[in-house]
Amino acid sequence: MKKEIKVLQGNSAIARGAWEAGVKFASAYPGTPSSEILQEIADNYPDIYAEWSPNEKVAVEVASGASIAGARVMASMKHVGLNVASDPFMTLAYTGIKGGMVIVVADDPNVHSSQNEQDSRNWARFAKVPMLEPGDAQECKDFTKIAFDISEEFDTPVLLRGETRVSHSDSPVVLEDRKESKIPIGLDPKNATKYVMVPAYVRVRRKFIEERMRKLEAYADGFKFNKMEINDPSIGIIASGVSYLYAKEVFPEYSFLKLGMIWPLPKKMIAEFYKKVKRVIIVEELDPFFETEIKAMGYKVFHGKDLIPNMYELSPEIIEQALKGKKYKAPKIKIKPEDLPRRPPNLCAGCSHRALFYALKKLGTFVFGDIGCYTLTAAPPLQALHTCICMGAGIGGAHGAMKVFGKEGLGKMCAVLGDSTFLHSGVAPLMDVVYNKGNSTTIILDNRITGMTGHQEHAGTGFTVRQESTNMVDYEVLVKALGVKSIKKVDPYKLEETTKIIKEELAKDEPSVIITVNSPCIMLKRANRKFKNPFFVINEDNCRGCKMCLEIGCPAISWREGAGATKDGHKRKGTVFIDKGVCVGCDICTQICKYEAIVPGKR
Amino acid sequence: MMKKNDKVTNIFLSGVGGQGTILASNILTEVFLNAGYDVKKSEVHGMAQRGGDVTTHFRFGKKVYSPLIKYGDVDFLLSFELLESLRYINWVKADGKILINKQEVFPPAVNLGLAKYPQGVEEVFKKYFKENVNVINGQEIAGKLGNVQAANVVLIGAFSKFFPEIKEAAWINAIKGLMKEKLHELNIKAFNEGRKAL
Ligand code: SF4
Ligand code: SF4
Repeated sequence: MKKEIKVLQGNSAIARGAWEAGVKFASAYPGTPSSEILQEIADNYPDIYAEWSPNEKVAVEVASGASIAGARVMASMKHVGLNVASDPFMTLAYTGIKGGMVIVVADDPNVHSSQNEQDSRNWARFAKVPMLEPGDAQECKDFTKIAFDISEEFDTPVLLRGETRVSHSDSPVVLEDRKESKIPIGLDPKNATKYVMVPAYVRVRRKFIEERMRKLEAYADGFKFNKMEINDPSIGIIASGVSYLYAKEVFPEYSFLKLGMIWPLPKKMIAEFYKKVKRVIIVEELDPFFETEIKAMGYKVFHGKDLIPNMYELSPEIIEQALKGKKYKAPKIKIKPEDLPRRPPNLCAGCSHRALFYALKKLGTFVFGDIGCYTLTAAPPLQALHTCICMGAGIGGAHGAMKVFGKEGLGKMCAVLGDSTFLHSGVAPLMDVVYNKGNSTTIILDNRITGMTGHQEHAGTGFTVRQESTNMVDYEVLVKALGVKSIKKVDPYKLEETTKIIKEELAKDEPSVIITVNSPCIMLKRANRKFKNPFFVINEDNCRGCKMCLEIGCPAISWREGAGATKDGHKRKGTVFIDKGVCVGCDICTQICKYEAIVPGKR
Repeated sequence: MMKKNDKVTNIFLSGVGGQGTILASNILTEVFLNAGYDVKKSEVHGMAQRGGDVTTHFRFGKKVYSPLIKYGDVDFLLSFELLESLRYINWVKADGKILINKQEVFPPAVNLGLAKYPQGVEEVFKKYFKENVNVINGQEIAGKLGNVQAANVVLIGAFSKFFPEIKEAAWINAIKGLMKEKLHELNIKAFNEGRKAL
């Protein structure tokens, strides 16, 4: 049979690997760059049960249950997601698993779309579990499969480290068939010492972990994806994942120790490599993880983090520049990119968040923000969001600040978060606000979907990952159950009314929640959002060029310079222009213009 | 070990979210994979769904290691927007070939009147890359076919002329394979118009 080769994205290859490995259960919370893994499973592999969990902690917990029942399971998340899931994860390292369990954690070096830049390899060392790191799509598939074998052989969850350049790169993959795992489905009630982590049993497992680690070290030495390539014996590079590919690209003639398993390290192999090459250079992205460990083994590292940066992502030329020093030839600079206007992402034309944050800005509210598209409102011209730490932190933050200010804080601050974020980790802090007699206001921006990561369903949308209809969380009832008495609904497209309601709620000396309605993501096809007018245009007779409408930062509105005057004789320096191809007719700008210069357009 | 004749070709695509650069890069992937090459592709796009800049590194050759092109090592720049082509001018090799779509999409700072959209982009490129610079108006050509959305395929059509070793049918097959059937006719036309434009 001819081998079928397909170009797959790293994330799709992980999904394929899970299917080929006989995985039965997959859970995740979306987060760039990991989001595609679960969606791909849901779309293409009906043999696997798939679900979006409300957060990563829950994703790992439900996966652990399926594993204890004997199924092979996968939970996927981004790097900060593993922080959320760290509670069950750290203890699952003790209980071990029954059906193989792989946790995919995707790092984001250079912070393309995250709130910090952390090196997840540290979690493997911290939790004492093995970690594999693929460098391209083929390895994504291969390593996923072998991760399940390791998991079952050593009774451990296995971490599979993705990262932006692996998760979001495409390369050819050889497809193979699915093979079911040999682990039987079934619960084992006599195994309490393994799964009930009370101190007496923990101590037993504690010892088991150390033994497991020693066995894994021996395994790493024979692991077929830890590879030695001896070329030029005068210099050898130790690297893994995409760092290996970058280094190989620049120095194809050097020797390499390429690590597929990055924890635990293959001690014997490293010793052998040191015998075979004269000087060792360590090329790794982010932390000096290998470097610290290899130095601690007593070896001399010729170059490592003294030259290779320990922050942001690597690339072939960064490695070349670092290691070649003066010999590196930089390309000629023809234009300085920093002189060009930047093109940051912006809220879409017609987005309901724009109106709501404009209202908050007009009120001068300090906004404890959160993670979602609306985080973009921190940028000019809106500049209406003032904090963003982690999911759910906005509600807690506003509560804490209100406690500091007491009644003087009333009317001055609030928390804002999206529907998906609220379900992810907003419920517990809101409960806290009520329980601890707080008086902060929480605004839930209900756009009916997880917007920022690319439209994933959640418990509030009424659909599962496979688009089956399901129960839809009623935020009002939920919030009421938490004890909130003042609950208001606002239509953010009605600016005046929205501003008025927010002002009233902020001033109330009790916990209060505002939920937006009529505010689905403008890109959500299912919502089929239509406004009264298809688009708006500028009436040049009236536009005074006051630039008020530019304050909302709608991508459809732009400034055109040119001295002139309105019909009734007001001098102006220019006018604005509405691109009718971009405008969706949301009617927000018309509510801002004082001069009736924005008028409905006709098709 | 890599030998001299194992040369990898580097194609850099740039544009603005929503312009269809991802689809364009998927077409490249299909075409060069089917032509027997190893391929690697890597995409970066902004946080939100739309409006940010989008770039794709696409590489093909006998064996490709890095998913990223080395800064200054681009053989072909395919850009869907004027400013987004200028942003990556330093990436192009001295003898690199360039195809730019003549379209301006204003970034927020320009919309707000805080920054100027760069003028004379074409001239800047011509100064450094002379006759290797090609500019076409994809929107206009696609508009004549009845759908400006097909501008990206017009560009691909023109771009295909840089690779005479690849048969026209290979491109058409890739387009057919990646699009819904009802879009085939329009996009094949767009592809052919693009080929004529260069
Ligand atoms: S109506 Fe105004 S604010 Fe709404 S999309 Fe059109 S230009 Fe933008
Ligand atoms: S449209 Fe209205 S708000 Fe905008 S610049 Fe003209 S007069 Fe000012």
